[in-house]
Amino acid sequence: MALEMYLDLFSQPCRSVYIFAKKNNISFDFRKVSLLEGEQYGEEFGKINMIRKAPAIRDGDFCLAESIAIMKYLAEKYQTSDHWYPADLQKRARVNEYLSWQHMGIRMHGSKLFWLRLLIPKIMGVEVPKDKMDGALEDLEGSLKLIEEKFIGDKPFIAGEQISLADLVAIVEIMQPVGSGLDVFEGRLKLSAWRDRVQAEIGKELFDEAHQGILASQEMVKNMDSSKMQVFKPKILRFFL
Amino acid sequence: MPLELYLDLHSQPCRSVFIFAKKTNIPFDFKFVDLATGQQYGEDFGKISVVRKVPVMRDGDFILTESVAILKYMAEKFGTSDSDHWYPADLQKRARVNEYLSWQHAAMRAHGSKVFWFRAIVPIITGSEVPKEKMDSAMEDLTLSLKVFEEKFLDDRPFIIGEKISLADLVAIVEIMQPVGTGLDLFENRPTLGAWRDRVKKELGEALFDKAHKTIMDVDSLPQTFENNGMLEFLKPKIQKMFN
Repeated sequence: MALEMYLDLFSQPCRSVYIFAKKNNISFDFRKVSLLEGEQYGEEFGKINMIRKAPAIRDGDFCLAESIAIMKYLAEKYQTSDHWYPADLQKRARVNEYLSWQHMGIRMHGSKLFWLRLLIPKIMGVEVPKDKMDGALEDLEGSLKLIEEKFIGDKPFIAGEQISLADLVAIVEIMQPVGSGLDVFEGRLKLSAWRDRVQAEIGKELFDEAHQGILASQEMVKNMDSSKMQVFKPKILRFFL
Repeated sequence: MPLELYLDLHSQPCRSVFIFAKKTNIPFDFKFVDLATGQQYGEDFGKISVVRKVPVMRDGDFILTESVAILKYMAEKFGTSDSDHWYPADLQKRARVNEYLSWQHAAMRAHGSKVFWFRAIVPIITGSEVPKEKMDSAMEDLTLSLKVFEEKFLDDRPFIIGEKISLADLVAIVEIMQPVGTGLDLFENRPTLGAWRDRVKKELGEALFDKAHKTIMDVDSLPQTFENNGMLEFLKPKIQKMFN
């Protein structure tokens, strides 16, 4: 039975898992979970992942959530090239360090900006107050600065000479606010140069394919039926508490 | 040269690193970083880590941040076949540990920390209780995380991956203990959680568990420390941000 991957490419962690599997020629059944239509709350998907988030995989009777756990599982099972998750203790620690930091370090801020700029105005029908927007932008700036100075530093990639899971997870998160129309690479030479290297390693075609959806968000959200997205209202209201 | 661990036991991730090193007999130098006095913002600590957070590990000239990375490093470097259960070599068991360690950042840790700040720290800084709406919302989030923990991560197993304790249980317990330190008994009316806590405590050893948690169970002394060290003014903008 084939590996099933439950994905929606609007989601950053779905993109990293998708790119990783494709890049390493791991064959899988792509099972679309349309997040903005609330498919993750359906009965079927609940059997795959009761936390109701994507990505999730089903490998035989083994179900697994969390993109980082998924990629490490795939890397080990399919014996992908060492550089993705190096066996060397210190290099591996550097990858783990980034993968741990990034949850609250960048993922949270990039996601928030995407919601504040695109989804919340659409669903609630109002622009987000300036002080909240400014606060979110400040947080993102701080994260990008730390990524440039500490995690990349003067190395080509986060773990050193070669691309790893850390760079892959980093790039998909950074692309999220880009999808909302915010050019985070402008004025950031080091980040841009790193982005170019990462894109080259992944392959432009695969990178673009994975990011096609998110980069068309502004247009897509404009045309969405906001009445179908009311399920997200409670989540949004909490943002403003 | 032994490991150096830069720690303050007020911090959940410091506790997991401390407990793991002690439990598995990894010799280390305890380097105290006094968070309540803002030592993490000082020049000396800045040379250890620009991120200005704890824990930090120094192994010779290799410096590492992030407790999850540190725990895995220590488990792999100092591990033996007997201690495999902490971070099992088995593919699926290891995946379950990784799954928990990934999920917990934005769930258990985020919500437990927030409730801790709202109950123990914010009132000291602002001079008043956190508005009911915000507190209720934070408690709701924590309650949901605990529900997911009991139903998905524990289910009917003694520990997260099954029969044996792992890094996942260790990281889980220290986070759950944070709001407990403010006097919130999260184990009351949660028999599954309480039974798991008892098992974890037994595996770690009660003396070690209590030693690691002595600081957080004694947070009443924080107000005076903050006042003595100018932390009130320093933390005010940070608190303001939390409410934006």
